[in-house]
Amino acid sequence: MNARSILTIFNFEMARFWRTPWESLAAPVVSTVLYFVVFGAAIGSRIQSVEEISYGAFIVPGLIILTVLQQSLSNAANAIFMRKFVGTIYEILCAPVSFLEVVAGFVGAAALKSVIIAIVIYLTALFFVDLPLAHPVLALLLLVLTSFGFALWGFLIGIWAKDWQQLQFIPMMVITPLVFLGGAFYSTSMLPPFWAAVAKLNPVLYLVSGFRWTFFGLADVPLAASVLALAIFLALGFLAVWAIFRTGWRLRA
Amino acid sequence: MRPIIEVRDLSKTYASGTHALSGVTLDIAGGEILALLGPNGAGKTTFISITCGLVTPTGGSVSVDGHDIVRDYRAARSLIGLVPQEITLEFFETVMNTVRFSRGLFGKAPDDAYLETVLRALALWDKRDAKLRELSGGMKRRVLIAKALAHGPRILFLDEPTAGVDVNLRREMWEVVRGLKKQGVTIILTTHYLEEAEEMADRVGIIDKGRLLLVRDKTELMHEFGQKILTVELTDPVAALPAPLAGLGLDLGADGRTVRFRYDTHADRSGIARLLAEFSGHGLAVRDLSTEQTSLEEVFLRLVRDMA
Repeated sequence: MNARSILTIFNFEMARFWRTPWESLAAPVVSTVLYFVVFGAAIGSRIQSVEEISYGAFIVPGLIILTVLQQSLSNAANAIFMRKFVGTIYEILCAPVSFLEVVAGFVGAAALKSVIIAIVIYLTALFFVDLPLAHPVLALLLLVLTSFGFALWGFLIGIWAKDWQQLQFIPMMVITPLVFLGGAFYSTSMLPPFWAAVAKLNPVLYLVSGFRWTFFGLADVPLAASVLALAIFLALGFLAVWAIFRTGWRLRA
Repeated sequence: MRPIIEVRDLSKTYASGTHALSGVTLDIAGGEILALLGPNGAGKTTFISITCGLVTPTGGSVSVDGHDIVRDYRAARSLIGLVPQEITLEFFETVMNTVRFSRGLFGKAPDDAYLETVLRALALWDKRDAKLRELSGGMKRRVLIAKALAHGPRILFLDEPTAGVDVNLRREMWEVVRGLKKQGVTIILTTHYLEEAEEMADRVGIIDKGRLLLVRDKTELMHEFGQKILTVELTDPVAALPAPLAGLGLDLGADGRTVRFRYDTHADRSGIARLLAEFSGHGLAVRDLSTEQTSLEEVFLRLVRDMA
């Protein structure tokens, strides 16, 4: 275990985040506020409250998860992809660090960035709506694990991607649709039974549902199912990282 | 004394089927400068990449100060600094930050005083707060060296350090390398420029098509493979050399005064005595004599041709 190397990578990535606050912090917050204004205030006022929660408040956990997923994926993917693209990855490959330490540094930083953005979005939302937070500790725990899990997958995408198109493909074509269809803006109770059943095949629904439960104490699926989904997701990510660690896939010729 | 790097039967076949290295065995002594010469695609960079951990070998082994580069990669890699061939830098970082990063990445405690000596030695100290993209090409290259030295390695690999670099900068780079050697750093450099190997190296290794053709002490190599050229300047110009002299393989210069004679320094008889006797026999007065050694470049071209 080489804590100093992990910390070096971690600090370097975090420094990049703080150096460009407009890009890394303001942009995701602005886009979330826009969702909020459009869906919550403009359209939401015409939608009746969902299970006695105002629509504006109801969508906040979903918006946070949406942003966290996108930010975790793209932050971690870009960090490692850029190094591959520019060539500076050589330095990491020839350093006396194990792949797992490299992952810890990059993924840890990407996850922390997402958590910071999520907290800022939460604080922003407080200006707009009355927002209870029933289980703050559990909320933070789920937030951290979700951020970490998606940063892990983002890192894997960054290693897998051979060009910019591949880098964008999964976040744009897979994750964003899954999030939009994953109950970020609605409860499955609003859907016809058939479509409610289909929606439950979407893994992101479990993440949104579990996170929403920590706010309002109500969920589309049992909390245990959400936690299980998150655990499976994390486990698959670790497994993939371990496989790359063993084989050097797409890193070492 | 045990060699600092021991390479045994090292092979690499890439997934594409290219045999980049075949059975390379080599010992590198601590504190020496070894120059690896070879044409493009000879396997020089593959050799460096394996030793530094960028490429996985398909056969054989490398150990660095007794540490196997695969099994004991932490100990092996912490002794090595790599200066890559291409300039690859985080262009928005400052010089100081990027060398600090390199040091931390190798698990070393922050030591700005040490980094200052490194940057000063490379004439980068005044630029420590400059962003990397603002630097000239030569400075960027020196930043790569500073990054490689940031953790205080005992072995430095320089992959074509002076490729595409102007003459002044090349001399500057040589000075840097000499300074490192004085501090006891072992240096392995690859180069296309034979002049560079001739200037810098203690030993020269020649690689072609993935095989290490030979490794020899530089002066020994030049001596062994070297030919000498004797240039004879005549007092009076001649239109042509007398017929009996034509069989000796002489070149008469266009001015009719200079005659060049190529001879092998290792032959029992160099032929010089006979040549001079023939000259006086034919009434050719000699005004001056000079000899020159063939360059490593000629040695190299001959060797690659002979072994092909």
